[in-house]
Amino acid sequence: MLRFPIYMDNHATTPVDPRVLELMLPYFTDRFGNAASRNHSYGWQAEEAVDVARKQVAELIGATAKEIVFTSGATESDNLAIKGAARMYREKGNHLITVVTEHKAVIDTCKHLEKEGFDVTYLPVKRDGLVDLDRLRAAITDRTILISIMAANNEVGVLQPIAEIGKMARERGVLFHTDAVQAAGKVPFDVNASSVDMASLSAHKMYGPKGVGALYVRRRNPRVLLTPIIDGGGHERGMRSGTLNVPGIVGFGKAAAICREELATESARVTGLRNRLSDGLRRELDEIYINGSVEHRLPGNLNVSFAYVEGESLLMGINDIAVSSGSACTSATLEPSYVLKALGTSDELAHSSIRFGLGRFNTEEEVDFVVQKVSAVVKRLREMSPLYELAKEHEEVKIRG
Amino acid sequence: MSYSEKVIDHYNNPRNVGSLPKGDTAVGTGLVGAPECGDVMKLQVRVNPETGVIDDAKFKTFGCGSAIASSSLATEWLKGKTLEQALEIKNVDIVQELSLPPVKIHCSVLAEDAIKAAIADYKRKQQDGQ
Ligand SMILES: Cc1ncc(COP(=O)(O)O)c(C=O)c1O
Ligand code: FES
Repeated sequence: MLRFPIYMDNHATTPVDPRVLELMLPYFTDRFGNAASRNHSYGWQAEEAVDVARKQVAELIGATAKEIVFTSGATESDNLAIKGAARMYREKGNHLITVVTEHKAVIDTCKHLEKEGFDVTYLPVKRDGLVDLDRLRAAITDRTILISIMAANNEVGVLQPIAEIGKMARERGVLFHTDAVQAAGKVPFDVNASSVDMASLSAHKMYGPKGVGALYVRRRNPRVLLTPIIDGGGHERGMRSGTLNVPGIVGFGKAAAICREELATESARVTGLRNRLSDGLRRELDEIYINGSVEHRLPGNLNVSFAYVEGESLLMGINDIAVSSGSACTSATLEPSYVLKALGTSDELAHSSIRFGLGRFNTEEEVDFVVQKVSAVVKRLREMSPLYELAKEHEEVKIRG
Repeated sequence: MSYSEKVIDHYNNPRNVGSLPKGDTAVGTGLVGAPECGDVMKLQVRVNPETGVIDDAKFKTFGCGSAIASSSLATEWLKGKTLEQALEIKNVDIVQELSLPPVKIHCSVLAEDAIKAAIADYKRKQQDGQ
């Protein structure tokens, strides 16, 4: 039985896994204590639960519990990592390197630091969305203190070569931060294997609750220090003050543990669904283009442009399917996706793009429905598209000519 | 984005989708685009040479639902009008009829431009023909 609208926007957020919710609930009621209360069992209980979750989150990424700083989400984690490191290591240098396809939480944080006098290099990406390692190497100077490059992109699902980047950063004595929001729990991600010094995570992208995230901060080889961006009671070893969101953190921990246990089977299953979707659409439609590397890609991502059809009008026709589009018409600013632009996708194809984000709770039945529905609407809209008509006329001229 | 019922109706049941023969001297074709948003609208009118009245109108649009609805509505309004009457159709009329939100006003401007372009093309053809 299908439930509508069918949710295929798992890069935006994911539903809370029922196993996660169940574990969280008592922390709203009986176990409501403040994890910082040292004098009674309510506090101890909360603290213990946070300790368990901290360990679970750490284990997902190959870290130790003490290296996890809980935050309100990955936007805060990105801010803390980049601003915190830049301000702490300002004496060493004032140059940062990032990539144009980063999430706004990284890009806008870097823009903010430019106003504080830092120099930021925004590296371009190749046609497939991957950063060019030679360009990265060439961009590092004696003044470079931080490289921030995401593990997986939220629009096109492209996986960056973070192990190579981490190695390069380590060799040059530069800190490496990665926004691992989309990668963690979906593909193998290990902070030691990839020489990562800081990593941002968000619970709601991995079947945990919204409003809770973490920053991994390396404690050894090298020990990373950060200037806090929130001052207060000195929680989280002084790096992030504020009473801990205990139910959220408990849920985050459980979500991380499930991802870790099920990663291999889940990623295989979701890859299968994604390929079924991709194959189905290609079987039904001509002139569809996948944006970004097919090889270096998250299991659940399919970002595809349906030539001659504008994205918003397509979304309108498939309103029983929840997905998102890179079309300008869907954004308040009437700008098409900056990520697709950075990949060199033409404006026209950027306008025609749809991002499918498959996840844990999608089924083959849903995929088959989506293939049929999307194909039918694309065909209908192409019949209404002057661009399609023009293209067909050109084709005929060519054939006749 | 939530759409008005009229936009949804035009989107689901667009009136007058299609093409008229471009080469026909009785047909005027307007092809316009809004560069800021990458949309393209083709609108055509056929004018009865005896009466000077538009007896058929067709459109094809690459654009959002509001752009599709604006052009669909425009073709509906055009039929039965003289060229002078047709040129009186303004984008604000379309905005009002479809209850378009401010971010979608340019979609209606596009429709007005397409009407003007189609009529200009028709008039040009008549002059060239003489
Ligand atoms: C890559 C990436 N970084 C950061 C964020 C922000 O995460 P949060 O919603 O937890 O602030 C998101 C989510 O939109 C994301 O996809
Ligand atoms: S065509 Fe882009 S907003 Fe209407």
